Amino acid sequence: MISAAPFSFLNSTITLGVRMPLSWLVLIVFALAAVGYFLGRSRALAGAGGNSRDLHSLPSYYGANVLMKIIVPAFGIMVIWLLAQPLIIDRTVASMIPASEIDEGASIGLVMAEVNRTAEGIRNAVADGTMSREMAEDGRADVAEFTQRLKDAGQIVTSNLSGTVILAAQRTNELVASGTLLMTILVLAVSAAGLAWGVVETKPLFRARNVVERGIRALLIAAASIAILTTIGIILSLVFNTVEFFRLYNAWDFLFGVEWAPSFSGRGGSSSLGVIPLLWGTFYISIVALAVAIPVGLFAAIYLSEYASPKVRAFAKPMLEILAGIPTIVYGLFALLTVGPLLVDIFGEGGWLGVNWQGGGRAVMTAGIVMGIMLIPFVSSLSDDIINAVPQSLRDGSYGLGATRSETIRQVIIPAALPGIVGAILLAASRAIGETMIVVLGAGAAARLSLNPFEAMTTVTAKIVSQLTGDSDFASPEALVAFALGMTLFILTLCLNVVALYIVRKYREQYD
Amino acid sequence: MSDATMESTVPAAPKSSLHRTDARTRKRHAAEKRFKAYGIGAIAIGLFFLVVLTVSIIRSGLPAFTQTVVSVEFTMTQEQFDAAEGQLFKTKAYSAAFNEALVSTLREKGLEVETDAAAFERILGKTGGTLREYYRANPEALGEEVDFELSASSRVDGYMNGRVTRDSMEDSRFLEAADLDIVDALIDAGIIKETFNWNFITGADSGVDNPGGAGIGAAVVGSFFMMLVVLCLSLPIGVAASIYLEEFAPQNKFTDLIEVNISNLAAVPSIVFGILGLAVFIQFMHLPQSAPLVGGLVLTLMTLPTIIISTRASLKAVPPSIRDAALGLGASRMQAVFHHVLPLAMPGILTGTIIGLAQALGETAPLLLIGMVGFVARGYPEGFIAGFTDPNSAMPAQIYTWAARADVGFYEKAWGGIIILLIFLLTMNILAVILRRRFERRW
Amino acid sequence: MYDAPTNLETAVTQNDIKISADNVQVHYGDTHAIKDVSVEIEDKTVTAFIGPSGCGKSTFLRTLNRMNDTIDICRVTGNILLDGEDIYDPKVDPVQLRAKVGMVFQKPNPFPKSIYDNIAYGPRIHGLANSKADLDVIVEKSLRRGAIWNEVKDRLHAPGTGLSGGQQQRLCIARAVATEPEVLLMDEPCSALDPIATAQVEELIDELRKSYSVVIVTHSMQQAARVSQKTAFFHLGNLVEYDDTSKIFTNPKDERTESYITGRIG
Repeated sequence: MISAAPFSFLNSTITLGVRMPLSWLVLIVFALAAVGYFLGRSRALAGAGGNSRDLHSLPSYYGANVLMKIIVPAFGIMVIWLLAQPLIIDRTVASMIPASEIDEGASIGLVMAEVNRTAEGIRNAVADGTMSREMAEDGRADVAEFTQRLKDAGQIVTSNLSGTVILAAQRTNELVASGTLLMTILVLAVSAAGLAWGVVETKPLFRARNVVERGIRALLIAAASIAILTTIGIILSLVFNTVEFFRLYNAWDFLFGVEWAPSFSGRGGSSSLGVIPLLWGTFYISIVALAVAIPVGLFAAIYLSEYASPKVRAFAKPMLEILAGIPTIVYGLFALLTVGPLLVDIFGEGGWLGVNWQGGGRAVMTAGIVMGIMLIPFVSSLSDDIINAVPQSLRDGSYGLGATRSETIRQVIIPAALPGIVGAILLAASRAIGETMIVVLGAGAAARLSLNPFEAMTTVTAKIVSQLTGDSDFASPEALVAFALGMTLFILTLCLNVVALYIVRKYREQYD
Repeated sequence: MSDATMESTVPAAPKSSLHRTDARTRKRHAAEKRFKAYGIGAIAIGLFFLVVLTVSIIRSGLPAFTQTVVSVEFTMTQEQFDAAEGQLFKTKAYSAAFNEALVSTLREKGLEVETDAAAFERILGKTGGTLREYYRANPEALGEEVDFELSASSRVDGYMNGRVTRDSMEDSRFLEAADLDIVDALIDAGIIKETFNWNFITGADSGVDNPGGAGIGAAVVGSFFMMLVVLCLSLPIGVAASIYLEEFAPQNKFTDLIEVNISNLAAVPSIVFGILGLAVFIQFMHLPQSAPLVGGLVLTLMTLPTIIISTRASLKAVPPSIRDAALGLGASRMQAVFHHVLPLAMPGILTGTIIGLAQALGETAPLLLIGMVGFVARGYPEGFIAGFTDPNSAMPAQIYTWAARADVGFYEKAWGGIIILLIFLLTMNILAVILRRRFERRW
Repeated sequence: MYDAPTNLETAVTQNDIKISADNVQVHYGDTHAIKDVSVEIEDKTVTAFIGPSGCGKSTFLRTLNRMNDTIDICRVTGNILLDGEDIYDPKVDPVQLRAKVGMVFQKPNPFPKSIYDNIAYGPRIHGLANSKADLDVIVEKSLRRGAIWNEVKDRLHAPGTGLSGGQQQRLCIARAVATEPEVLLMDEPCSALDPIATAQVEELIDELRKSYSVVIVTHSMQQAARVSQKTAFFHLGNLVEYDDTSKIFTNPKDERTESYITGRIG
């Protein structure tokens, strides 16, 4: 069973033989765990002479104890191994590749990408029978023939595979195979050991419930820590790739460059990757969006919380919140196909105003207005909560002095709610800056430093998408720049969020 | 108290009648009315946008659910079949026979139009292939009258539902003005009609030049598998994390760190999760690109904060007296939580989870980065496991793909896709509301 | 209706009638909160409303300056006349009414603004000052009337929320006084204060009597006895007894009043 599948299942390409070991291994561990559960349970009962009152814990806890001791270490090892194996293999194989193999201006990453692609190609070719296993493992196979076989198998391979790459790919497959075998043995050994340990430990006075509960508690903590792991994952993936990018492209030019013009040819020094025009587009569109969303959202919140009768509130509030539940792709399409053409009809050539300001549907105004619509319910429901948190006694005090509702709102409620409202607006701004689909579809692709809101501009998020969805290699500066952009975006929104959440929390504490 | 005694004379307050409103008060009330009008205006603007959005979705999306078909009764004799099979361009012969039948049908109804093979091809596409396939598969139908329903080209479809008009169109290799005369004649003869486009709901994406044949079915399946991953991961992890934070976590730095992380992650732009997915799952772990599994993992990480926040709220809503009662009977804290608190909080947790899933279902940006866009999902996955690992698209990604294509025929499909997506979202939200209404407990 | 004062030592003098309520009914949705209450409140007098919790005394107080208007489900019938004018007449603007009938609440509720702006708020919205100098005069005068000037004159621009509870309540009284009302309604103004602050506020109320008609709702019978000249006893939405304070506490006519002041119901 194990030897039948010599290749990695991580690259779970679709052949059955390749995927078997992992699922089989998992099944075996589960089967062992089930056996362990019943063994533990019955052994505990037998130890107490069949009388569960003589046991410290309920019999099922003894079973669960054994089960836990099998599953947790086994899957722990499996997960760590699966994460570490590709890293170690990558490093080992990378050391095989001489510096001469690496093209001018390219990095080891490019070559490794090709090695991995080839390794995968070989596995697929073997799986569908185009290539014999002997040939796949033969280090002295003819390069041209080897390449041809891979192409015959329909695997995407660069036209001129070098011998080194093939050797490296073969070595990768070899390492993957032996690593997987090793892992399988280790996992099975550990689960067997866990079974033995758990069963031996099962005695009537053994505190099984406490042990199991400690285990569950550890699982709960692990689940809660995923939030931290996610943040770490985000930071690491941004930092590593950004550093890689700055190795290929001057950080100063990125941060302060006023021109954005990636070359399409791929690598090469001809690209200008300055972030300033993208930031400008981002801010400009966000400002337009906030100019729509803040007044409308704020007045809607004021009306709903201070004026509206319960009936109107029960109708209008959920209606506005529908706007918040609509996916951004819908807004994107709305910008591209409805609002854009409409704006051209108004401000474009021969439009209703006859001003000819707007050339095409995609523009700062298009994306900004639609994003503003999206943010209206966000601003209004946050402000609504915040205005409702202002104590009734302040309203009473103001009405008692003979103030009208609007005077009370403007001079007492809004000043009292101001910190919270500022927090809400900052959160809305962070949303606007990070919004992707609306700008991808509505704002355009040209990076410009212009003041004209009817021109197409582009944003940080739109460029992250366009740089990472093209065909360019992940190791080229044109693709890596997306991570630096992501870093910029992450830092910007993080600062806004932290400040906003802090303000809102302080505000809530004030009236709690 | 000396303050007050210093000032003991009564101010000569001007006695004014309450029954007369003075000028200043009138002005203040005018300001009040204006202010209230701003509020009403804001609500009206919000609702107006909602209406415009709904109308434009429905108006532009509904045509995607209909297709124009040409329905012709056609008989092919054995001789015609043999003759066609004997030729070099077999399908062309089939087309010619079919066109002839079509023209004679028109003539029977007293309609005379000038036609040529190229015009029919522009209107109906390459009919020969379809016919040949049919007769080769069903040789017994030869000599019998068969009722064929062939879908018309997307331009004709556009002409039928008003997207293409005689004024707006320009002659191209896709459609010429003269073709519209034929189409009009076919309409008069009752040969062209509109039918419900099942292919749009069940079919897979088509190539870039065939908007008519594009369907969203495969993408729905992709989304389904993604949501399955999200549900299976985010519900248990989210509930476990919430139970820890709400019931067991001590007040310390580590707990604070987790809480800060959760509230910040909830506000991190979704595209950043896409970058995380690309770097960690695809570059680092070498999971396959465009796979619903990876999409599901990314969306899980993205939805977790939402689910944790709502789950914690439902756990918090269970009164402490319940816990005290269980602990008082000698249950351990773990037992109190799992036997009593969790079941009581379950409706709230499920409601929050459904809303989280609905959010994930409509999310597009992260999917762009893990390669679920631009991928042409031509068919359904082959099996259950393949459903997770085979490249596929997802509803919002499919909609984006269509919106980004050059042929305007796809726009209609994109709007139609949005209708389907919104129907799913609406169903999920209604489910959440029902759940909340049905099981919500007030303590 | 009432006998002319015969005993000058009680310091009760017959003043003009300021507010006259006649057959007042208040409904909250389906609840009949105030049942047929008729009462005449005199000028330059402190009138106390006492009674057990939920008896409707606060509700009745709030009908006197139409604060109940802010509650949607509240309905008031009957006549309430202020200086002979019906305050529930459709022509009456509650905004103008509340300028004449000021109110101080149970919990001190200074606005989150400076002390100066708290006082200036009323005069500003009602247009009582023509210039900054005018306003300064009004603020100082009001703070003096509120018996808090000496404590805050050096920090007029510090936030009002930074004062102690008793100071905050006196600030709120000063704020109510600043709009130059004719009647001051006080809804349990001392219930959130400590004994020392309570004594200060009570002393202040006694001073205010010289200029205004003061109506105070209180839980504490001792307080009613200390500060008021007239007392009304409410029970279950009914006005049970209304008379000179000294009579109510020494010689109540109604059994229920007697039970209440001797502590048998409450």
